[in-house]
This record gives sequence, structure tokens and C-alpha cells, in this order.
Amino acid sequence: MSKPLLEIVDLCVSVEDKVILDGVNLKVNPGELHVLMGPNGTGKSTLVSTVMGDPRFTIRRGSILFEGKDITEEKVDARARAGLFLSFQVPEEIPGITLENFLRTARGAVDGRQPKILSFRKELMEQMEALDMNPSYSERYLNVGFSGGEKKKAEILQMLMLHPKLALLDETDSGLDVDAVRTVTKGIRTFSNKKNGLFIITHNAKILEGLDVDVVHILEGGRIVRTGGKELISMITNDGFGALEKEG
Amino acid sequence: MKDFNHEKTHVSEVDRSIYDIKDKVDSSFEVNSGLTSDIVSRISQEKNDPEWMRLFRLKALETYHKTPLPIWGPSLDGLNIEDIVTYVRPKTDMRTNWSDVPDYIKNTFERLGIPDAERKSLAGVGAQYDSEVVYHSIREEVAAQGVVYTDMESALTGPYAEMVRKHFMKLVPPSDHKFAALHGAVWSGGSFVYVPPGASVEIPLQSYFRLNAPGAGQFEHTLIIVDEGAYLHFIEGCSAPKYNVANLHAGCVELYVGKNARLRYSTIENWSKNMFNLNTKRAVVEEGGTIEWVSGSFGSHISYLYPMSILKGKNSRMEFTGITFAGEGQNLDTGAKVLHSAPNTTSHITTKSISRDGGVSTFRSAITVTPQASGSKSSVSCESLMLDSISRSDTIPVMDIQCDEVDIGHEAKIGRISESAIFYLMSRGLSEENARAMIVGGFAEPIAKELPLEYAVEMNNLIHLEMVGSIG
Repeated sequence: MSKPLLEIVDLCVSVEDKVILDGVNLKVNPGELHVLMGPNGTGKSTLVSTVMGDPRFTIRRGSILFEGKDITEEKVDARARAGLFLSFQVPEEIPGITLENFLRTARGAVDGRQPKILSFRKELMEQMEALDMNPSYSERYLNVGFSGGEKKKAEILQMLMLHPKLALLDETDSGLDVDAVRTVTKGIRTFSNKKNGLFIITHNAKILEGLDVDVVHILEGGRIVRTGGKELISMITNDGFGALEKEG
Repeated sequence: MKDFNHEKTHVSEVDRSIYDIKDKVDSSFEVNSGLTSDIVSRISQEKNDPEWMRLFRLKALETYHKTPLPIWGPSLDGLNIEDIVTYVRPKTDMRTNWSDVPDYIKNTFERLGIPDAERKSLAGVGAQYDSEVVYHSIREEVAAQGVVYTDMESALTGPYAEMVRKHFMKLVPPSDHKFAALHGAVWSGGSFVYVPPGASVEIPLQSYFRLNAPGAGQFEHTLIIVDEGAYLHFIEGCSAPKYNVANLHAGCVELYVGKNARLRYSTIENWSKNMFNLNTKRAVVEEGGTIEWVSGSFGSHISYLYPMSILKGKNSRMEFTGITFAGEGQNLDTGAKVLHSAPNTTSHITTKSISRDGGVSTFRSAITVTPQASGSKSSVSCESLMLDSISRSDTIPVMDIQCDEVDIGHEAKIGRISESAIFYLMSRGLSEENARAMIVGGFAEPIAKELPLEYAVEMNNLIHLEMVGSIG
């Protein structure tokens, strides 16, 4: 049996002395697709950002393991090179760097060697076409002037081009129209395989249509209050988070 | 909260080893350090100046002695003109063929990438080593168009002598300021270009300037005349090895842009970091003409550099695109001046500055619109990026608008690199240094785009070196 891709043990996280996560435990194995749901402001973004190493958050207690290795103190770029990827809820705009140049540099960084320009470009164009992105976006500055939808597609494009082992998607579907959600789902399906892990934060079951969800976690009050199968999704979609409490 | 500051990697002084190649000082002639009329006369004699130039130099020297140092800009302490050997000439005469240039000079140029540039379809190269032009070539097709590209000394006595006399230091008179006066007294080397009416020079003409001897000043003079309807792109590139003695650069650039003519003047300056760069550049533009300045300032200890454009003819235009990168120990005071003195003239200034490790960058703009310049437009935009809390960036815009019907805009932005942008890039595998270098490179990109390719590459390399250090 291979090691879990991600293992979070008793994670407590605060920001500016305010405790956000208070003892989170979970495990993602290779090939699994996890969904994290929960009311607004319960720390879902904090969880994935902390796993990626966002310096805004302070780890009070607990540890994060990636493929069995403790990465709690690891630098952000080392986590990325180990195979972690975070799709940002609000991707940064970086003027002056084209999407293509950025991605080529990033691929070189995670692979440890520069990709061949032509084959990289071919791969990029194929992925962009699959994501319904206008090829001219490769020449545009990273996320600058992209619509909300294009930014999210660009995040999925980055995921597909950087070949991580585990992708954390932070509300990648929020603010997207129906077609764009479908495209994002398609991208996720392309990424998903027996080895790769996915950890998706969402409020919307649409993005999960056609995906094989293995595990669903509910985060409330800084803790995982419930873990189950995909039946939890329809329960919450139909009756809201209150349904869980009633069910007790 | 985790303190990001503790994670910052200190980026030390850039490895300048490829730029700091010192050759043995091998000069056939060096004047004493101090500056007297005897010395100026000897310079004039040595250069076989025509009589009018000898008198011009002596008059300029008088002006120099009478004129006080500027008191409004960065400190010039540490600059002692009495110590500066103003005139150093390597043991070689004018060359027209690369293979005849002495090896030690060639080696240095080669390490600076100059022969490559030469091979790459350049029209002509006047490479200045110390104070004398040692290498000069011009492509036949350019000469066939009637374009003259020669060193200033030859121009003074050649068939264009009258034209030179008519224009020399008329745009920048020695009375302009102390260092213009100094230049008038001791100028040496530089380029003369004349583009006849209607000629369009398709490939850029380039000139490289470089200082080598300790304590040597560099006073090259550039005079370019682009006649009616003609076009020229001239590139001036500088790179100097580092010495501990204060170095002075007081060059002068005079550009005459004729009716409906266009001149693009690009510079990348990368003086060693002990240089006082007190350069004066000025253009006058006739009706319908255009001057385009592209300027990158990276090196030097102190810079005073404000290219001026005089929009003399109606519908004339200027564009200025500049970038300044000030690191430790550098105080770079740069900007642009425009005089709108005819109707419907346009000026457009875009600058970026980066300061780091206590570096100071100041941007000055001076826009004057005279009463006869109705219908004129001017826009100034400057953006600064400070990479740490000990660095400094200032913007000093001056506008003197004497006309009602004008459209004037000014925009200034000062910023820092956001930590969330660093986090974003690092989450894609980039090290913190590379993430910062990428953001700074992106900030500079709109300027790099304006530079010729090899200069854009050089600038990106410089930024990368400055940001990431000498990590190989």
C-alpha cells in the first residue's frame, strides 16, 4: 500500500491571534477525490492555504505530511516541487509576464529542468483548447485583465501543465457560468487518475457532476464535523448544513 | 503570525565580474590630473583641433571655472575634478577593421558581447575605448544612402566640418551648467551622424562607450542630424569595469530632428558603481518630426540625467520611455524635460524606477508649454517599485503651462511587491528570489519591449543578476 498523499494531524491554525482551525485531521490517498464543504467563514480556505504554506497563517499545533514526509515547516516552493498544487480562490495578477512564459518557468522549477519550448507549447495549446481558452491568452500577462471565469480556467490550466500529485481547488467554480463550470469539471476529469489526488472546496454540486467523489468532509467551527461518502453532498445541497445538526 | 521578513533572503551585491574586467593601463598619453588652460590647449593640440575649436575649448574652460556646482540634486561629494585624468588614449589609432583592433581591447569587448552585436546586422559600430574611438565601421549600403557615420574628430575636419561647426554645442551650450562647460573644454571622441533628406536607415547604428583607466573621465560628444523626412535609430550602450577612484562621465548628446523626420535614440547605461554620470542630452524637433527616447539606467554611483526635447515645429512629437534601477550606494536622479513651443505638439513620458538595498531613485519631469503652443498635449506617467523599506523613491514633477488650450496629464504610482503575489508564484514552484525577480522583470517589461532585442536580453539578465545574485 502506498503512503497517503496528504495527511493532516491535529492541525490548529490562527491568524492574528484568532484561532481558525482547531484540530483538523484528514487523509487523502492517491487516486482519491475529496470534497470539503462547510458554511462560509469556517476555515476551508485557511486549511488549503496552510497546506500550501501561506505565510499569513500561523500553525499553532499539529502537522502536515505529504507522501509521509513532514512538510509543516517546508517552504512554499518546496511543497510545490514535491507535488502540491493550490488553485487560488482569487488568483494574483502579475503584469509583464506572459501566461506561457510563466508556465514554462514554473514547469522548469517543479521538474528541475527546463521544458523543450516547442513540445511545451504544443502541450499548452492542446490543454487550452480543451479548456475552451482563446490561444491568445498564452501571450497575455498572467491573469491581468482576465475575467473571473478566465482566471479560474487559467488555474486549471496551470494544474494540468504542472502535473502535481495533489491538487487543492479552492472554490474554483465560484462565480462561473454553467458552461465554464462544465469546462472546469472536464479539466478536473482530465487530471484525475489512479495516482493523483484531488481536494475540492465547493458550495456547488454542479462542479462535481460526472466526477467520482470518494470522500466528503464537512468543516464547521474549525473542525471536521463529519466525513462520509457522496451522499452527504446531496443532503447538504437539498437541506443545507442545518440538516447535519438535526440528523445529529 | 509568521513573520515574512525573517524569511527574506538577503540579496547581495551583484557579481559584476563579467563587467569588471580590468586591463592594464596602457596609455600613450595622460595629462596631469588638474585642469588648466595649458592642459586644455595640449588636449586641443594633441587632437589637431581646428583653431575655432581650440578657442571654443578655452572659452568653455573659463565658463567651467566660473560656474558653481549644482546644489539641487544628489550630492557630488567624492567627486574631485582636480583628481580626474581627463584624457586617456589607448595606444592605437583609428581602426576600420575589427581584425586590426588590438587583442586586449578586443577581448574585453568580446566578453561584453560587442562583436556578436556587430555580426548581428548592425549598420556600424563606433566603439569607444577610453577617450578615443578605436574601432569604426559602417555598412556600405548605409553609406550608399548618403548617411555619414563617423567619429567627432574626423567630422571636425572632414567634408562636414561646416555642418559640425554650425551645430556643435549650440543645443547644449557650455553655459548650460558646470559639466556642460567641462565637456566643452575637454570633450573627446563620440559620434557624428548625418542622415540626408528622405533616407531611412533600416538597421540601427550603435555605439559603445566604455571607461578603462583609473580616474579617467569620459567626455564623448554625440551629434546627430536627421534631415527632412529621414529616419534613424541610434543606440548608445555603456558598460564599464569598476575602479575605486571616482569616475566621471560628462558626455553630451545633441540631436537635430528635421521636418517630418524621426529619430529613435536608445541608451542602456551600466556604468560601474563608482561612476558620477552627469550626462546632458537634448533634441530639437522641427515641424512634424518625432524624437523617441528609450533609456535604461542601471549603473553609476550618482546620475543626473534628464534628456530634453525642444518641440520647436508645429505637430512635432516626443516620446520618452525610461527605466532606472538603483541598488546599494546608488542615487539615480533621472527624468525628462520637454519644451512645447509650437502648436499641436505632443509629449508622452513613461518611466519606471526600481530601488533596492538603500538605493535612491528620483524622477523629475519638467514640462513647459509656451503661449504659442496651443492644442498641445502632454502626458507623464511614472511608476516606482521599492523592494525594501530602506530604499527610496521620489517623484518631482514640474509643470509650467502658459497656454490655456492644452491637455496635460500626470500620473505617479509608488508600490512594493505584495507578499500575496510572492506566495502565488512560490506555490507554482518558484523560489522566493526567482518570484521576486519575475515580478520585477514583469514591472520592467513595458520598457524592455521598447529596447532592441539584444538590449532587452541584457536588461533582463541585469535585473536577474541584480535580484538573484550570482547564482549560476
